[in-house]
Amino acid sequence: MNKPLSRAILPLTTEALDHLMPLNLRLDSGGRIMALGPTLARLLPQPVVGRSFFTLFDLRRSSALTGVEDLMSHSGLRLRLTLRPEFRSPGLRPIPFRGMAIPLADRSGLVVNLSFGLGVVDAIRQYGLTDNDFAPTDLALEMMYLVEANTAAMDALRGSAMRLQGDKQMAEAQAMTDTLTGLRNRRALAQALERLSRGTAPFGLMHIDLDFFKEVNDTMGHAAGDHVLRRVAELLMQETRAEDTVARVGGDEFVAVFPDLVDPGRLDAIARRVIEVLSRPIPFEGKTCRISASIGITTSTAYHVTDITQMEQDADEALYASKRAGRGRATFHPGAAQAAQPSAPERRSPQG
Amino acid sequence: MLGLINRSFQFFLIDTWGVEAWETVAAELALPFAGFEAMLTYDDAALDKLVDASSAHLHRPRDSLMEDLGTYLVAHERQATVRRLLRFSGANFCDFLASIEEMPDRGRLVLPELDLPFLVLTDLGAGAFRLTCHSPIRGAGHVIMGLLRAMADDYGALVLLDHLGQEGGADVISIQIADLEHYAARPFSFGLTA
Repeated sequence: MNKPLSRAILPLTTEALDHLMPLNLRLDSGGRIMALGPTLARLLPQPVVGRSFFTLFDLRRSSALTGVEDLMSHSGLRLRLTLRPEFRSPGLRPIPFRGMAIPLADRSGLVVNLSFGLGVVDAIRQYGLTDNDFAPTDLALEMMYLVEANTAAMDALRGSAMRLQGDKQMAEAQAMTDTLTGLRNRRALAQALERLSRGTAPFGLMHIDLDFFKEVNDTMGHAAGDHVLRRVAELLMQETRAEDTVARVGGDEFVAVFPDLVDPGRLDAIARRVIEVLSRPIPFEGKTCRISASIGITTSTAYHVTDITQMEQDADEALYASKRAGRGRATFHPGAAQAAQPSAPERRSPQG
Repeated sequence: MLGLINRSFQFFLIDTWGVEAWETVAAELALPFAGFEAMLTYDDAALDKLVDASSAHLHRPRDSLMEDLGTYLVAHERQATVRRLLRFSGANFCDFLASIEEMPDRGRLVLPELDLPFLVLTDLGAGAFRLTCHSPIRGAGHVIMGLLRAMADDYGALVLLDHLGQEGGADVISIQIADLEHYAARPFSFGLTA
């Protein structure tokens, strides 16, 4: 009768058990701790042999388990438990253990085995555990490895993403910029106008064409022409606000857009000022380049529905009216000019 | 091939031979100076060309360059992560060697596209081992040898290594552990945040 039973009982030394399960506890039938595995002992700030398992651990989400009898009768039940605060080193986060309790064959006590579960990374960091603290079958260090390798991979990915983002921004900036003058280009202008036409704020539009630029280019060369265009860009930036968009849209054609600025008096003042500064002599390699500018202006308030194409066309027409009237002046599109006087010509006669 | 490997070689050049060496080789191969992106995939031939061009530019044999790369991956500050991840494989050089066959699987755990060399270790007894290394990367065996050399130093072990050439398309390395604790090991803790 004894034979089958003895074959079913495993004579295992407690040292061997500690080796297999360094986080185990042996309890007597009263639930008192008789012995514990070496890794578990390392975690505890004070000796616990002789104390009750239930004083040491808080069994979470298992209110039915209040005494050792419950563990005896629920053999193999999955346990979730944490060390009670008095058994944790101060300042450390509680580690959510998982565990399982198995009664001894003669019911003289229990063996409880624990694992760190997902708290393993915290546990290794907090307690400085090493591979000696785990059974070789435990994947604890592989978890640690994964966390670290994953962090490294994420860092590499983030680095890549940031470099690509930087490249993208640079490419976008280049795609929106006129390379000669650094002003916005036609594409950027189209986007700015598109944005404004969808919004509710009114805006002014100024089409600027240089006078006598062809002469500078023809008589003084392309280098002089390029120099003049760059200087014009500087001056236009100077005479406009940070929120305005100034774009070079053709060889010697520029467009300025003024969000929230539709007052004809103010637009006219800006246009006069632009003509005035552009008409000043521009020195280049010991010589002097002289240009001026003709301007056509319109405002979004002149239209019932904002129509970008119509506005650009009207500004262009107003510009040609300025040209026809003798250059070096600004003209409002009739719809936008209600409150404005056409700007009086204030011109020098440019040469070159 | 994952750019991570090409990028490692790129930084090996920069950190060991200076950024000018990299820029010269990159210019010759018409590569962008920014080099390879770790997480993008490149043609397998790209690394071969890079190593050949570097070997020619630096007047260094290809194999010795590959071995230096292996050492660099463990020993250089910039590659601290590689060294740490390798140290997870064992408490001493013997343990490390015993689990070296897991290396490709460990790599794939994190980066499924990372194709590390397929390694087979044979224990010949008395601290002698034979390691074969299969990889699409030409000279991968030399990288592994440099890496083993640096890992032995890291663990403080005295180890004799020899590249025995090729056999059936695989590099063969002989390993003789003379003394497992010959020097002080470089400090390592599992819990350290990288």
